[in-house]
Amino acid sequence: MLSSKASCNSHGQDSSYFLGWQVYEKNPFDEVQNPTGIIQMGLAENQLSFDLVESWLRKNPDAMGLKKEGESVFRELALFQDYHGLPAFKNELVEYMAKIRGNKVKFDPNNLVLAAGATSANETLIFCLADPGEAILLPTPYYPGFDRDLKWRTGVEIVPVHCSSSNGFRITMFALEEAYQRAQKLNLKVKGVLITNPSNPLGTTMTKDELNHLITFAIAKNIHVISDEVFSGTVFDSPGFISIIEAAMDRNLENTEVWSRIHIVYSLSKDLGLPGFRVGMIYSNNQTVVGAATKMSSFGLVSSQTQYLLSNMLANKKFTSKYMKENQKRLKKRKEMLVSGLKRSGIDCLKGNAGLFCWVDMRNLLSSNTFEAETELWKKILCEVGLNISPGAPCHCSEPGWFRVCFANMSQATLHVAMRRLRDFVERSSCSGIGKMGNVSLSRKLLSNWLRKLSFADRDEQVQER
Amino acid sequence: MGVLSKKAMCNSHGQDSSYFLGWQEYEKNPYNEVKNPKGIIQMGLAENQLSFDLLESWLAKNPDAAGFKRDRKPIFRELALFQDYHGLPKFKQALVDFMAEIRGNKVTFDPNHIVLTAGATSANETLMFCLAEQGDAFLLPTPYYPGFDRDLKWRTGVEIVPIQCTSSNRFQITASALEEAYQQAQNKSLRVKGVLVTNPSNPLGTTMTRDELDLLINFIAGKQIHLISDEIYSGTVFSSPAFVSAMEVLKDRNLKNTEVWDRVHIVYSLSKDLGLSGFRVGAIYSNDPIVVAAATKMSSFSLVSSQTQYLLSAMLSDKKFTKEYLSKNHKRLQKRQSKLVSGLEKAGISCLENNAGLFCWVDMRHLLSSNTFEAEMELWKKIVYDVKLNISPGSSCHCTEPGWFRVCFANMSEDTLKLAMQRLKSFVSTISTINTQSHQELKNSRRKARSNWVFRLSFQSFHDREQDER
Repeated sequence: MLSSKASCNSHGQDSSYFLGWQVYEKNPFDEVQNPTGIIQMGLAENQLSFDLVESWLRKNPDAMGLKKEGESVFRELALFQDYHGLPAFKNELVEYMAKIRGNKVKFDPNNLVLAAGATSANETLIFCLADPGEAILLPTPYYPGFDRDLKWRTGVEIVPVHCSSSNGFRITMFALEEAYQRAQKLNLKVKGVLITNPSNPLGTTMTKDELNHLITFAIAKNIHVISDEVFSGTVFDSPGFISIIEAAMDRNLENTEVWSRIHIVYSLSKDLGLPGFRVGMIYSNNQTVVGAATKMSSFGLVSSQTQYLLSNMLANKKFTSKYMKENQKRLKKRKEMLVSGLKRSGIDCLKGNAGLFCWVDMRNLLSSNTFEAETELWKKILCEVGLNISPGAPCHCSEPGWFRVCFANMSQATLHVAMRRLRDFVERSSCSGIGKMGNVSLSRKLLSNWLRKLSFADRDEQVQER
Repeated sequence: MGVLSKKAMCNSHGQDSSYFLGWQEYEKNPYNEVKNPKGIIQMGLAENQLSFDLLESWLAKNPDAAGFKRDRKPIFRELALFQDYHGLPKFKQALVDFMAEIRGNKVTFDPNHIVLTAGATSANETLMFCLAEQGDAFLLPTPYYPGFDRDLKWRTGVEIVPIQCTSSNRFQITASALEEAYQQAQNKSLRVKGVLVTNPSNPLGTTMTRDELDLLINFIAGKQIHLISDEIYSGTVFSSPAFVSAMEVLKDRNLKNTEVWDRVHIVYSLSKDLGLSGFRVGAIYSNDPIVVAAATKMSSFSLVSSQTQYLLSAMLSDKKFTKEYLSKNHKRLQKRQSKLVSGLEKAGISCLENNAGLFCWVDMRHLLSSNTFEAEMELWKKIVYDVKLNISPGSSCHCTEPGWFRVCFANMSEDTLKLAMQRLKSFVSTISTINTQSHQELKNSRRKARSNWVFRLSFQSFHDREQDER
């Protein structure tokens, strides 16, 4: 009766990524009304710099009130549905994007296509670059939403490029080649590689080497590179951010074939904290892609009301400079709070310099080096500790025990509460010996000493009673 | 190259049709009362510009709605973060109330069954993704909105099979036309998943009769397929007969707990009655919870800006305003439509009698040099380039009969409409003279040609001279 897309669940929304969200919704933490509720640490939102935007809004009521120099522009905006986008808005966006990149790159507004969020931008790009049944390579771990955004309605496959903690999850030429071979064996034609830079969930910026590997690989295989740079405005520490376009320019690739196969996705959801306004975009030097994507954007245009408001805001260069600087400061500070809080619990994380989260190493808290143990730990942290964090498995991480923990979507006080709860949990776990089991396989213990396991289980029960 | 997808390379987005080409011509030379009085008047855009003053006045009295305030308290943060694909609850409630109001409250809608999308363009495509596989087909009565060739087919891979309607019965849908279309699909080995109708119709500007709706429901029940009723013009019905929604017919026939109940889906948008096409507010309404759930998730690809949801939830919750707006808007649409109809009449042009929409379906068959689509294109080009009116030719709407055009009336001032009618009148009087002469000559020459080769040669030389003299 319905289509297979409607009936199946390949929208990937049965994964824990979304289930944790649901549990949180039933019992959300509130400092006053529900202090024992679940603290949401699974949402990569930036709530740290709203006051700066609010202050700008207060000083600029016309932008909100659909007025220009006191005169109403309501009619023009109400009728404006041109899929080329509001010219003033695109001009400001490309300048803002250049600013984020230290003005080392310049963008042409005619190569920018607006979309209703990066979710729409990514899907549209895939529709433009690949046919159903073809494949895109993605380095792991990656944002779980990609399983839906890139595959569901497009019919395109994702083949993971395995990265590991042995080298800080960096992309290697070897991993790229291996993924490509795997795709070939599955009879999948690879059309491109999609990277998120800065990475979600790692919270790191890509190195020049990684970017060069990608470009070399794309040239050799004659494929595309999509660089999802939605977190580019959240880089708060060194090393600085290098965009794929900058790396390509440094190699003087502007007039070569691969230049027209490099595409960027951006959005105002992460740095400006405006996910509700649905402002995403595709940037491409390929005119055919820009042409097709522009027509496809009919299916997800940005509200002209919103385009108008934000074109005014971004036009204020004093504001954008102040915002970028202050926002980065606050992100850095809050991240350091999380890192030190975790350290006090004996938990390490990957050294990150960007994003709204940390990639946390809880391998030593696992009862065994398995994804079952990871899910077990995740459930404990969700239900017993009351923290909704994102486990690595839905991110397709090849190693169990890694979690993404967000820090920018709560107050400082709430983060303190979260860290205290975590510390208590870890201490409890250490007492009951779970943590110590981390490096020793549970099955070996089971095999060697059944009795000891029984007494361990007793201790477990006691822990739960506390 | 093979490097891009087939979708990116092909032109099945249908945007090379005259519908879009006329638009392009207009953009090069747009009419302006003061700056470019000889420019092309845009009569191909179905926009409602007649009632903005009512919206502006509401905005002026309710600054908090645009100012991110609720009860004077700032709610910017809340809205900035709100990306829940279930939509702003208050907005969905206000929207279903408004939809019910448009239907004279003869039907009520459940806000949990409505899915918000960035415009009806997105709503229609999303429904295709939910109801059909690549290669399946939907039946559409002709003439239909040219944009459907892109919206329903491009990325979904779904086919459209036309249900041929003709002027012999005012382009109404008949049982035989439905059956014939279904057979045609079968002959092409296409699996039919449903019928999509636009009610009120674009480009006809008429509301569907109850008979037509009954016919459709019987048809989809019999074939076990879906019915999508694109009701985006439901708020533009300005005279009788009153609008009857597909939902109302289902309700009146007590079909609520039957199979067919779950297979009727409505598409709505605020672009046509409220004139807010730039704000991208569309919606899918379905009784089937699985469709609602799938469409809700798919709406992630085209959410409505929370800033816009908030503004419009405040506006549509103001029942005094919506009542006044609907009433005044209808009056203005009716008045403007009659001006177009009488203007056309003065030019000796009639149109399909209509009670809704932002346009008229105009009969220019008598102005064609021959009963062909080539002649229709020829006439259309003359009207665009010589008369300087951008109107939409029926062929771009897949009309089976040449000579019909969609002419919009709600997107310009009264004065501009008057001017357009004057230009048309002059053009018609010129063309009538030529046509009458050449038509007569043609008749004579055909008779002569059949009898005498020499006579035919002399007709040709006469015809040539005629053209030189124009």
